[in-house]
Amino acid sequence: MLAAAIIVFREVLEAALIISVLLAATKGLPRRNVWIGGGAVAGVAGAVVVAAFAGRLAEAFAGSGQELFNAAVLLTAVLMLAWHNIWMSAHARSMVTSLKNVGAGVSAGELPLYFLSVAAGLAVLREGSECVLFLYGIAAGGDNSAAMLGGGGIGLAAGIGVGAVLYQGLLRIPVRLLFRVTGWLILLLAAGMAASAADYLSQAGLLPGYPPLWNTSMILSERSITGQLLHIMVGYQARPTVLDLTFYIATLLSIGSGMWLVAGRERRTALAAS
Amino acid sequence: MFARFLFPILLLAASGAVLADIPVFQLTIQNNRFQPTELHVPAGKKVKLLVHNRDAAPEEFESYDLNREKIITGKSSGTVYVGPLAPGKYSFFGDFHRDTARGSLIAD
Repeated sequence: MLAAAIIVFREVLEAALIISVLLAATKGLPRRNVWIGGGAVAGVAGAVVVAAFAGRLAEAFAGSGQELFNAAVLLTAVLMLAWHNIWMSAHARSMVTSLKNVGAGVSAGELPLYFLSVAAGLAVLREGSECVLFLYGIAAGGDNSAAMLGGGGIGLAAGIGVGAVLYQGLLRIPVRLLFRVTGWLILLLAAGMAASAADYLSQAGLLPGYPPLWNTSMILSERSITGQLLHIMVGYQARPTVLDLTFYIATLLSIGSGMWLVAGRERRTALAAS
Repeated sequence: MFARFLFPILLLAASGAVLADIPVFQLTIQNNRFQPTELHVPAGKKVKLLVHNRDAAPEEFESYDLNREKIITGKSSGTVYVGPLAPGKYSFFGDFHRDTARGSLIAD
Protein backbone atom coordinates (compact mmCIF):
# COMPACT_ATOMS: atom_id res chain seq x y z
CA MET A 1 0.00 0.00 0.00
CA LEU A 2 2.82 2.34 0.92
CA ALA A 3 4.66 1.43 -2.28
CA ALA A 4 1.60 2.31 -4.35
CA ALA A 5 1.18 5.58 -2.47
CA ILE A 6 4.79 6.57 -3.18
CA ILE A 7 4.66 5.70 -6.88
CA VAL A 8 1.43 7.60 -7.47
CA PHE A 9 2.71 10.49 -5.35
CA ARG A 10 5.83 10.85 -7.49
CA GLU A 11 3.84 10.83 -10.72
CA VAL A 12 1.23 13.29 -9.44
CA LEU A 13 3.81 15.60 -7.85
CA GLU A 14 5.28 16.79 -11.14
CA ALA A 15 1.94 17.71 -12.66
CA ALA A 16 0.76 19.28 -9.37
CA LEU A 17 3.84 21.50 -9.05
CA ILE A 18 3.62 22.65 -12.67
CA ILE A 19 -0.06 23.52 -12.30
CA SER A 20 0.63 25.38 -9.04
CA VAL A 21 3.20 27.56 -10.78
CA LEU A 22 0.80 28.20 -13.69
CA LEU A 23 -2.00 29.18 -11.27
CA ALA A 24 0.29 31.57 -9.39
CA ALA A 25 1.52 33.02 -12.68
CA THR A 26 -2.03 33.91 -13.68
CA LYS A 27 -3.20 35.33 -10.37
CA GLY A 28 -6.05 37.76 -10.81
CA LEU A 29 -6.87 36.85 -14.39
CA PRO A 30 -10.52 36.23 -15.17
CA ARG A 31 -11.52 32.61 -15.75
CA ARG A 32 -7.99 31.30 -15.28
CA ASN A 33 -9.29 28.49 -13.02
CA VAL A 34 -11.58 27.35 -15.81
CA TRP A 35 -8.79 27.42 -18.39
CA ILE A 36 -6.13 25.70 -16.31
CA GLY A 37 -8.54 23.35 -14.52
CA GLY A 38 -10.15 22.47 -17.85
CA GLY A 39 -6.73 21.69 -19.27
CA ALA A 40 -5.99 19.41 -16.32
CA VAL A 41 -9.32 17.58 -16.67
CA ALA A 42 -8.70 17.08 -20.39
CA GLY A 43 -5.25 15.80 -19.44
CA VAL A 44 -6.76 13.14 -17.17
CA ALA A 45 -9.08 11.99 -19.95
CA GLY A 46 -6.16 11.96 -22.37
CA ALA A 47 -4.05 9.98 -19.90
CA VAL A 48 -6.66 7.21 -19.80
CA VAL A 49 -6.73 7.07 -23.60
CA VAL A 50 -2.92 7.04 -23.84
CA ALA A 51 -2.71 4.30 -21.20
CA ALA A 52 -5.29 2.23 -23.07
CA PHE A 53 -3.25 2.44 -26.26
CA ALA A 54 0.15 2.26 -24.55
CA GLY A 55 1.00 -1.05 -26.18
CA ARG A 56 0.28 0.17 -29.70
CA LEU A 57 1.99 3.50 -29.02
CA ALA A 58 5.13 1.72 -27.85
CA GLU A 59 5.26 -0.42 -30.99
CA ALA A 60 5.00 2.60 -33.29
CA PHE A 61 8.13 4.07 -34.89
CA ALA A 62 10.22 0.90 -34.59
CA GLY A 63 9.55 0.52 -30.87
CA SER A 64 10.29 4.15 -30.03
CA GLY A 65 6.74 5.51 -30.18
CA GLN A 66 6.61 6.15 -26.44
CA GLU A 67 9.81 8.18 -26.50
CA LEU A 68 8.73 10.24 -29.51
CA PHE A 69 5.35 10.86 -27.90
CA ASN A 70 6.93 11.98 -24.62
CA ALA A 71 9.44 14.20 -26.40
CA ALA A 72 6.69 15.77 -28.51
CA VAL A 73 4.53 16.38 -25.42
CA LEU A 74 7.46 17.97 -23.57
CA LEU A 75 8.57 20.17 -26.46
CA THR A 76 4.98 21.34 -27.08
CA ALA A 77 4.71 22.27 -23.40
CA VAL A 78 8.01 24.16 -23.70
CA LEU A 79 6.58 26.19 -26.62
CA MET A 80 3.41 27.00 -24.66
CA LEU A 81 5.39 28.12 -21.61
CA ALA A 82 7.70 30.19 -23.83
CA TRP A 83 4.73 31.93 -25.40
CA HIS A 84 3.22 32.64 -22.01
CA ASN A 85 6.43 34.11 -20.63
CA ILE A 86 7.02 36.33 -23.65
CA TRP A 87 3.44 37.56 -23.57
CA MET A 88 3.75 38.26 -19.85
CA SER A 89 6.90 40.31 -20.23
CA ALA A 90 4.91 42.68 -22.43
CA HIS A 91 1.95 42.88 -20.06
CA ALA A 92 3.27 42.25 -16.55
CA ARG A 93 3.42 45.93 -15.72
CA SER A 94 -0.21 46.66 -16.48
CA MET A 95 -1.26 43.42 -14.77
CA VAL A 96 0.48 44.46 -11.56
CA THR A 97 -1.25 47.85 -11.73
CA SER A 98 -4.66 46.30 -12.15
CA LEU A 99 -4.00 43.75 -9.37
CA LYS A 100 -3.10 46.58 -7.02
CA ASN A 101 -6.27 48.52 -7.85
CA VAL A 102 -8.82 46.04 -6.66
CA GLY A 103 -11.96 46.27 -8.73
CA ALA A 104 -10.26 47.99 -11.62
CA GLY A 105 -10.38 44.75 -13.60
CA VAL A 106 -7.68 43.51 -15.86
CA SER A 107 -6.90 46.21 -18.34
CA ALA A 108 -4.01 44.30 -19.83
CA GLY A 109 -6.22 42.65 -22.42
CA GLU A 110 -6.91 38.97 -22.51
CA LEU A 111 -3.97 36.76 -21.76
CA PRO A 112 -4.19 33.93 -24.27
CA LEU A 113 -4.87 31.40 -21.50
CA TYR A 114 -5.36 28.46 -23.83
CA PHE A 115 -1.57 28.18 -23.97
CA LEU A 116 -1.60 27.40 -20.28
CA SER A 117 -4.58 25.08 -20.71
CA VAL A 118 -2.48 23.07 -23.09
CA ALA A 119 0.60 23.21 -20.83
CA ALA A 120 -1.42 22.03 -17.80
CA GLY A 121 -3.13 19.33 -19.85
CA LEU A 122 0.16 18.02 -21.21
CA ALA A 123 1.71 17.83 -17.74
CA VAL A 124 -1.24 15.77 -16.51
CA LEU A 125 -1.32 13.68 -19.68
CA ARG A 126 2.30 12.52 -19.41
CA GLU A 127 2.38 11.77 -15.70
CA GLY A 128 -1.22 10.59 -15.57
CA SER A 129 -0.83 7.91 -18.22
CA GLU A 130 1.97 6.30 -16.19
CA CYS A 131 -0.25 6.41 -13.11
CA VAL A 132 -3.15 4.82 -14.94
CA LEU A 133 -0.93 2.03 -16.28
CA PHE A 134 0.47 1.36 -12.83
CA LEU A 135 -2.98 1.25 -11.20
CA TYR A 136 -4.28 -0.90 -14.04
CA GLY A 137 -1.47 -3.36 -13.35
CA ILE A 138 -2.51 -3.50 -9.70
CA ALA A 139 -6.18 -3.94 -10.50
CA ALA A 140 -5.31 -6.75 -12.92
CA GLY A 141 -3.02 -8.33 -10.33
CA GLY A 142 -5.89 -9.45 -8.10
CA ASP A 143 -4.79 -9.90 -4.50
CA ASN A 144 -4.42 -6.89 -2.27
CA SER A 145 -5.62 -4.61 -5.04
CA ALA A 146 -8.07 -2.73 -2.80
CA ALA A 147 -5.30 -1.75 -0.37
CA MET A 148 -3.00 -0.82 -3.25
CA LEU A 149 -5.66 1.35 -4.90
CA GLY A 150 -6.21 2.97 -1.49
CA GLY A 151 -2.49 3.68 -1.41
CA GLY A 152 -2.79 5.21 -4.86
CA GLY A 153 -5.53 7.50 -3.55
CA ILE A 154 -3.31 8.61 -0.67
CA GLY A 155 -0.47 9.30 -3.11
CA LEU A 156 -2.79 11.36 -5.31
CA ALA A 157 -3.98 13.43 -2.35
CA ALA A 158 -0.42 13.94 -1.07
CA GLY A 159 0.81 15.09 -4.49
CA ILE A 160 -2.00 17.62 -4.83
CA GLY A 161 -1.33 18.69 -1.22
CA VAL A 162 2.30 19.53 -1.96
CA GLY A 163 1.17 21.47 -5.03
CA ALA A 164 -1.28 23.43 -2.84
CA VAL A 165 1.53 24.26 -0.38
CA LEU A 166 3.69 25.59 -3.22
CA TYR A 167 0.77 27.65 -4.53
CA GLN A 168 0.08 29.18 -1.11
CA GLY A 169 3.79 29.95 -0.73
CA LEU A 170 3.92 31.68 -4.11
CA LEU A 171 0.88 33.79 -3.26
CA ARG A 172 2.75 35.26 -0.30
CA ILE A 173 5.14 36.92 -2.73
CA PRO A 174 4.30 40.64 -3.04
CA VAL A 175 2.31 41.36 -6.19
CA ARG A 176 4.98 43.56 -7.71
CA LEU A 177 7.44 40.64 -7.60
CA LEU A 178 5.06 37.74 -8.18
CA PHE A 179 5.10 37.73 -11.99
CA ARG A 180 8.84 38.15 -12.07
CA VAL A 181 9.27 35.10 -9.80
CA THR A 182 6.75 32.96 -11.69
CA GLY A 183 8.40 34.07 -14.95
CA TRP A 184 11.73 32.74 -13.73
CA LEU A 185 10.11 29.54 -12.44
CA ILE A 186 8.42 28.91 -15.79
CA LEU A 187 11.65 29.65 -17.64
CA LEU A 188 13.57 27.04 -15.60
CA LEU A 189 10.66 24.60 -15.79
CA ALA A 190 10.69 24.87 -19.59
CA ALA A 191 14.47 24.43 -19.79
CA GLY A 192 14.28 21.27 -17.66
CA MET A 193 11.49 19.91 -19.87
CA ALA A 194 13.58 20.50 -22.99
CA ALA A 195 16.49 18.56 -21.44
CA SER A 196 14.12 15.69 -20.58
CA ALA A 197 12.87 15.70 -24.17
CA ALA A 198 16.48 15.39 -25.34
CA ASP A 199 16.91 12.34 -23.09
CA TYR A 200 13.86 10.69 -24.65
CA LEU A 201 15.18 11.35 -28.16
CA SER A 202 18.51 9.85 -27.15
CA GLN A 203 16.74 6.85 -25.61
CA ALA A 204 14.96 6.36 -28.94
CA GLY A 205 18.35 6.38 -30.67
CA LEU A 206 17.42 9.52 -32.64
CA LEU A 207 19.94 11.72 -30.87
CA PRO A 208 23.36 10.39 -29.96
CA GLY A 209 24.16 9.25 -26.43
CA TYR A 210 26.95 10.93 -24.50
CA PRO A 211 28.74 10.19 -21.26
CA PRO A 212 27.70 12.45 -18.36
CA LEU A 213 29.70 15.67 -18.02
CA TRP A 214 29.74 15.39 -14.24
CA ASN A 215 28.15 13.37 -11.47
CA THR A 216 26.71 15.07 -8.41
CA SER A 217 24.65 12.07 -7.26
CA MET A 218 26.86 11.77 -4.16
CA ILE A 219 25.93 15.33 -3.16
CA LEU A 220 22.33 15.36 -4.30
CA SER A 221 20.75 12.22 -5.70
CA GLU A 222 17.76 12.47 -8.01
CA ARG A 223 16.22 9.74 -5.87
CA SER A 224 16.06 12.02 -2.82
CA ILE A 225 13.03 14.22 -2.21
CA THR A 226 15.09 17.38 -2.66
CA GLY A 227 16.70 16.02 -5.81
CA GLN A 228 13.31 15.11 -7.20
CA LEU A 229 11.76 18.48 -6.40
CA LEU A 230 14.70 20.26 -8.01
CA HIS A 231 14.47 17.95 -11.01
CA ILE A 232 10.85 18.92 -11.55
CA MET A 233 11.23 22.64 -10.81
CA VAL A 234 14.56 23.54 -12.42
CA GLY A 235 15.48 20.38 -14.36
CA TYR A 236 18.19 19.22 -11.95
CA GLN A 237 20.04 16.14 -13.20
CA ALA A 238 22.82 14.48 -11.25
CA ARG A 239 24.48 13.21 -14.45
CA PRO A 240 23.74 15.62 -17.28
CA THR A 241 25.20 15.03 -20.72
CA VAL A 242 26.30 17.63 -23.24
CA LEU A 243 22.96 16.99 -24.96
CA ASP A 244 20.97 17.87 -21.80
CA LEU A 245 23.04 20.97 -21.24
CA THR A 246 22.68 22.12 -24.86
CA PHE A 247 18.89 21.77 -24.80
CA TYR A 248 18.71 23.39 -21.36
CA ILE A 249 20.82 26.41 -22.24
CA ALA A 250 19.34 26.84 -25.72
CA THR A 251 15.85 26.95 -24.20
CA LEU A 252 16.90 29.38 -21.48
CA LEU A 253 18.52 31.68 -24.02
CA SER A 254 15.72 31.55 -26.62
CA ILE A 255 12.90 32.23 -24.16
CA GLY A 256 15.00 34.64 -22.08
CA SER A 257 15.99 36.75 -25.09
CA GLY A 258 12.40 36.73 -26.37
CA MET A 259 11.22 38.05 -22.99
CA TRP A 260 13.98 40.65 -22.89
CA LEU A 261 13.28 41.93 -26.43
CA VAL A 262 9.52 42.20 -25.86
CA ALA A 263 9.96 43.88 -22.46
CA GLY A 264 12.39 46.39 -24.02
CA ARG A 265 9.95 47.26 -26.79
CA GLU A 266 7.19 47.67 -24.22
CA ARG A 267 9.35 50.04 -22.16
CA ARG A 268 10.16 52.16 -25.19
CA THR A 269 6.49 52.50 -26.26
CA ALA A 270 5.57 53.36 -22.65
CA LEU A 271 8.25 56.06 -22.60
CA ALA A 272 7.23 57.42 -26.00
CA ALA A 273 3.61 57.64 -24.89
CA SER A 274 4.38 59.53 -21.70
CA MET B 1 12.77 27.07 -34.21
CA PHE B 2 12.84 23.52 -32.96
CA ALA B 3 11.56 22.29 -36.30
CA ARG B 4 14.34 24.10 -38.12
CA PHE B 5 17.16 22.87 -35.93
CA LEU B 6 15.92 19.57 -34.65
CA PHE B 7 14.68 18.10 -37.87
CA PRO B 8 17.99 17.86 -39.74
CA ILE B 9 19.64 16.56 -36.56
CA LEU B 10 16.94 13.93 -36.14
CA LEU B 11 17.26 12.82 -39.76
CA LEU B 12 21.04 12.63 -39.47
CA ALA B 13 20.86 10.75 -36.21
CA ALA B 14 18.19 8.40 -37.53
CA SER B 15 20.20 7.54 -40.62
CA GLY B 16 23.25 7.07 -38.40
CA ALA B 17 21.32 4.68 -36.17
CA VAL B 18 20.29 2.63 -39.19
CA LEU B 19 23.72 2.51 -40.76
CA ALA B 20 25.71 1.81 -37.62
CA ASP B 21 25.98 -1.74 -36.38
CA ILE B 22 24.43 -1.50 -32.93
CA PRO B 23 24.83 -4.57 -30.72
CA VAL B 24 21.60 -5.82 -29.12
CA PHE B 25 21.25 -7.13 -25.56
CA GLN B 26 18.25 -8.87 -24.05
CA LEU B 27 16.72 -8.24 -20.67
CA THR B 28 13.68 -10.09 -19.36
CA ILE B 29 11.17 -9.17 -16.66
CA GLN B 30 9.44 -12.14 -15.06
CA ASN B 31 7.66 -12.34 -11.69
CA ASN B 32 8.62 -8.68 -11.16
CA ARG B 33 12.35 -9.48 -11.40
CA PHE B 34 14.97 -8.76 -14.02
CA GLN B 35 16.76 -11.60 -15.72
CA PRO B 36 19.78 -11.42 -15.83
CA THR B 37 20.31 -9.12 -12.85
CA GLU B 38 23.75 -8.22 -14.18
CA LEU B 39 24.01 -7.53 -17.87
CA HIS B 40 27.43 -7.00 -19.45
CA VAL B 41 27.68 -4.60 -22.38
CA PRO B 42 30.73 -3.23 -24.18
CA ALA B 43 31.99 0.11 -22.88
CA GLY B 44 32.39 3.03 -25.28
CA LYS B 45 29.72 1.77 -27.65
CA LYS B 46 26.09 2.58 -28.22
CA VAL B 47 24.00 -0.50 -27.45
CA LYS B 48 20.36 -1.45 -27.89
CA LEU B 49 18.56 -3.07 -24.97
CA LEU B 50 15.54 -5.18 -25.76
CA VAL B 51 13.46 -5.40 -22.60
CA HIS B 52 10.89 -8.20 -22.61
CA ASN B 53 8.10 -8.08 -20.07
CA ARG B 54 6.74 -11.61 -19.59
CA ASP B 55 4.44 -10.51 -16.76
CA ALA B 56 0.85 -9.45 -17.34
CA ALA B 57 1.36 -6.21 -15.41
CA PRO B 58 3.11 -3.23 -16.97
CA GLU B 59 6.56 -2.28 -15.69
CA GLU B 60 8.68 0.82 -16.03
CA PHE B 61 12.33 0.21 -16.83
CA GLU B 62 14.07 3.10 -15.10
CA SER B 63 17.63 4.13 -14.34
CA TYR B 64 18.94 7.31 -12.77
CA ASP B 65 22.47 6.23 -13.66
CA LEU B 66 21.57 5.97 -17.34
CA ASN B 67 18.93 8.75 -17.49
CA ARG B 68 16.44 6.32 -18.91
CA GLU B 69 12.78 5.50 -18.29
CA LYS B 70 10.44 3.45 -20.39
CA ILE B 71 7.14 1.75 -19.74
CA ILE B 72 6.93 -1.82 -20.99
CA THR B 73 3.30 -2.89 -21.03
CA GLY B 74 2.37 -6.44 -19.99
CA LYS B 75 3.42 -9.27 -22.32
CA SER B 76 5.37 -6.99 -24.62
CA SER B 77 8.89 -5.82 -25.42
CA GLY B 78 10.51 -2.43 -25.61
CA THR B 79 13.67 -0.94 -27.05
CA VAL B 80 16.00 1.34 -25.10
CA TYR B 81 19.21 2.75 -26.56
CA VAL B 82 22.02 3.45 -24.10
CA GLY B 83 25.60 4.57 -24.27
CA PRO B 84 28.33 4.90 -25.28
CA LEU B 85 29.10 4.25 -21.61
CA ALA B 86 32.30 4.68 -19.64
CA PRO B 87 33.36 1.43 -17.97
CA GLY B 88 31.44 0.92 -14.74
CA LYS B 89 28.27 -0.29 -13.10
CA TYR B 90 24.93 1.35 -13.85
CA SER B 91 21.97 0.28 -11.76
CA PHE B 92 18.42 0.11 -13.08
CA PHE B 93 15.12 -0.90 -11.54
CA GLY B 94 11.49 -1.54 -12.30
CA ASP B 95 9.70 1.55 -11.05
CA PHE B 96 6.45 -0.29 -10.44
CA HIS B 97 8.13 -3.03 -8.37
CA ARG B 98 11.13 -1.38 -6.80
CA ASP B 99 11.52 -3.99 -4.05
CA THR B 100 12.13 -6.91 -6.37
CA ALA B 101 12.90 -5.58 -9.83
CA ARG B 102 16.54 -4.49 -9.54
CA GLY B 103 19.54 -5.02 -11.71
CA SER B 104 22.59 -3.41 -13.19
CA LEU B 105 24.29 -2.86 -16.48
CA ILE B 106 28.03 -3.49 -16.41
CA ALA B 107 29.98 -1.73 -19.12
CA ASP B 108 33.38 -3.33 -19.66
